[in-house]
Amino acid sequence: MNIALLLQMAAEACPERCALTHEGRHYTFSELYNGAERAAHHFLAAEVKFVALMDVSSPAVPIALMGAAMAGVPYAPINYRLSEAQLKPLLDRISPAYLITDVEVPERQGWVVQRSEEFMNLALSGENPELTWHDDPSAVAVQLFTSGTTGEPKAALLRHEHLVSYILGSVEFMGADEEEAALVSVPPYHIAGISAVMSNIYACRHIVQLPNFDPEVWLTLCAEESVTSAFVVPTMLSRIIESLQQSAMESEALASIRSIAYGGGKMPVPVIEHALALLPNVNFTNAYGLTETSSTITLLDPDDHRAALGQSDGPVRARLGSVGRPLPAVEIEIRDEGGAVMPPLQSGEIYVRGPQVSGEYEGRSVLDGAGWFPTRDAGYVDEEGYLFLSGRADDVIVRGGENISPGEIEDLLHQHTAVSDVAAVGVPSEEWGETIALAVVTTAGQVITEEGLREHVRQHLRSSRVPEVIHFVSELPYNETGKLLRREVRQWFATKAL
Amino acid sequence: MMKPGTRLKSAVCDAEIMIIKIAESVELTCGGQLMSEAPEKTEGDADSMHGCLIGKRYVNAEETIEVLCVKSGDGSLYYEGQELMTKDTKKLPSSD
Repeated sequence: MNIALLLQMAAEACPERCALTHEGRHYTFSELYNGAERAAHHFLAAEVKFVALMDVSSPAVPIALMGAAMAGVPYAPINYRLSEAQLKPLLDRISPAYLITDVEVPERQGWVVQRSEEFMNLALSGENPELTWHDDPSAVAVQLFTSGTTGEPKAALLRHEHLVSYILGSVEFMGADEEEAALVSVPPYHIAGISAVMSNIYACRHIVQLPNFDPEVWLTLCAEESVTSAFVVPTMLSRIIESLQQSAMESEALASIRSIAYGGGKMPVPVIEHALALLPNVNFTNAYGLTETSSTITLLDPDDHRAALGQSDGPVRARLGSVGRPLPAVEIEIRDEGGAVMPPLQSGEIYVRGPQVSGEYEGRSVLDGAGWFPTRDAGYVDEEGYLFLSGRADDVIVRGGENISPGEIEDLLHQHTAVSDVAAVGVPSEEWGETIALAVVTTAGQVITEEGLREHVRQHLRSSRVPEVIHFVSELPYNETGKLLRREVRQWFATKAL
Repeated sequence: MMKPGTRLKSAVCDAEIMIIKIAESVELTCGGQLMSEAPEKTEGDADSMHGCLIGKRYVNAEETIEVLCVKSGDGSLYYEGQELMTKDTKKLPSSD
């Protein structure tokens, strides 16, 4: 069992179909497959511990990923935006590596460092080597440094069996028609970037790469390449909607698009409501997953979205704020701090189990004895098993012994017309241990006072939810996949750097 | 030893499969002949040539055996004389 099998099957079934478009150049499935074989040959000859790629999306991404798999060498994509100080300790952890990058890095003993163009020249020309695959299902296929919104990045390990189980369990082989094209704008060092490559290859769906997200370019590519599906993070969707509204012409750019999946961070309900109203013919899917679970574990499918829109309130309508139900092979449990399994509608930490769940970091598994992975995400399920997220378990604000989810306050305020964005965090308090601080971005042209916000919270939630400290800011800090950096917001209040 | 992930080839056609789920002792045939990692090519049994299709998952009635066809062929797949059937899988919307 090896993830390269996914590409091998696609190249076997539709060798001449277009697999990938990047900056106007097209690559077939057989070109990607042959490229991966040649790359594997070079990786083996280099005798390295890792194949690393530190670059934006390009054809080198699927070729290096699949070539590393054939060679039996773990693939470790790295964020190309890291500072030198952040980068050095990561490179130390994957030494020696075959590194594909356009970034200048100091020379290292035993390393091969190539620019992506040089790597592609090697991969796309020359004889096809005789290659016997490394075929161990429990070998590490991908090592991903998690985004590290809290502290030192952890290296999550995904083995071939996890990734292959995920793809076989969620994607129909050759499920895509020849004219289908998926626009991929997530970075290659994120789990969504890895799963986009594997899923679309196994579906034999043409991938259109957008290396640096920009809403205008995204819309232009949709039109030029007749894109039929896309995955976006919440901030991308907001910006696409803004762009669409600024120019009526651009809605024609979306004439061919049939489905949009979103995930990677919490989607504010008003944004998805807006998107559904603006694009009534598009099928929307919300996907929730983690690096440690090989991507998606729950889905809110297009029918769920439509059912929710058909109601003005009640539990079905509320599901627009849900991440849906588990994939067929995935189980979910909500547990309290003592480990007891919670009934529906009661909050706790989300645990997940299934063949795609790795739950393992460099040399350390955090799965419990029965194979359950503690996600550190907090949430609850409704009566029909729809999962709702309320934030990271670590983000819970403990005020006077009472656990308060920041999501509860943020969800309420997101619905307020004067609030464009909001973050609630816990700050130290002598009286309560911790108390609620709120950073608010107001909507352009609208006015709201601190007292107005407090009154709104008091009216709709319990008095313990009323924020003590409120600051108005111009924007909130997000990472590039749309995750709110709460640590930074807490830092603002700690240093009063506002 | 056979385990999930093991790939087997047909002795009678181009077919190749990968084991997904397996019973304790397993003898899988394709076109009436035993499958293995490197089989010697031979003639198929004319009654066992209904074909198998790349990307399809095949199971026995009890679903104790499940394999993925990774290369199509003319032979059909059997376990203990029982022809394996394609498994119905729920089609999910793309989430990547």
